[in-house]
Amino acid sequence: MRVGVITFPGSLDDRDAQRAVRLAGAEPVALWHGDHDLHGVDALILPGGFSYGDYLRCGAIAAHSPIMAEVIDAANSGMPVLGICNGFQMLAEAHLLAGGLIRNDHGNFICRDQGLRVENTSTAWTNEFAANAEITIPLKNGEGGFVADPDTIARLEGEGQVVFRYLGVNPNGSINDIAGITNERGNVVGLMPHPEHAVEAGFGPDTAAAMRSGVDGLAIFTSAIRALAAV
Amino acid sequence: MPTIVVEVMPKAVLLDPQGKAVTGALHRLGNTTVSEVRIGKRFELTVDEVTDELLAEVQTYADEMFSNSVIEDVVSITVADEVTA
Repeated sequence: MRVGVITFPGSLDDRDAQRAVRLAGAEPVALWHGDHDLHGVDALILPGGFSYGDYLRCGAIAAHSPIMAEVIDAANSGMPVLGICNGFQMLAEAHLLAGGLIRNDHGNFICRDQGLRVENTSTAWTNEFAANAEITIPLKNGEGGFVADPDTIARLEGEGQVVFRYLGVNPNGSINDIAGITNERGNVVGLMPHPEHAVEAGFGPDTAAAMRSGVDGLAIFTSAIRALAAV
Repeated sequence: MPTIVVEVMPKAVLLDPQGKAVTGALHRLGNTTVSEVRIGKRFELTVDEVTDELLAEVQTYADEMFSNSVIEDVVSITVADEVTA
């Protein structure tokens, strides 16, 4: 099982995403934004960071990268595609996911361990979670406010395309506390928080059991492996 | 050389956190007359000559790259002989 992680100019969490893939039991494959080649991978991750310095709009320039032509084809043919933070912004800019991400309503950059509820456990990236599982993974962004027009919000809610919802506090003004969504088919998922930073004890969020022992993000990566094995 | 000017604004229905921050700064300076500031973007494209074909192309760039229709509107595309900023 080979999972590609695309590096864009300004990507920060590509190495962490590769590591998460390895810990989940798959082989990470480093991909380059300027290529027109997915190297035969079975799934794709668009990692977090600040591609092109967040110029124009977050993810907007990266969404026009050469490799995005292949990403869009792969997504439309059913390949599991995950966008984390800046990757979510790219998927929204590429219209693979609905809505858009704007500057946090309070204007501040937020970095915290964030509680989420997993509300759709049938996607390629969430099938290993129990229904309505409550998880904690890091969140770190300045432009994570999810917005869409009322019809789109109603459709996302009605069709169960809201995958992750913020628990406890809404950190950025996202409509309906939406933290992550999927497409109609359930193969493309984007979320603002960072599951790749909660995959190994000693380096994750604190839990009641021990400091930094949280590994709630790992199931996102093992879910893709399970989804691919089921094909 | 002629310049094509594209102006983009955040959608009126959406919160503009940048504008809100600037509104707050004005009020802290003592201003009581400005109720809202909204901040958009202005793109100046320097070109050799303006043709209908090019303007149609720029419309596409404006719609598909300079703006994101989910969160922004292209409010104008105009031609200026010379931009004096």
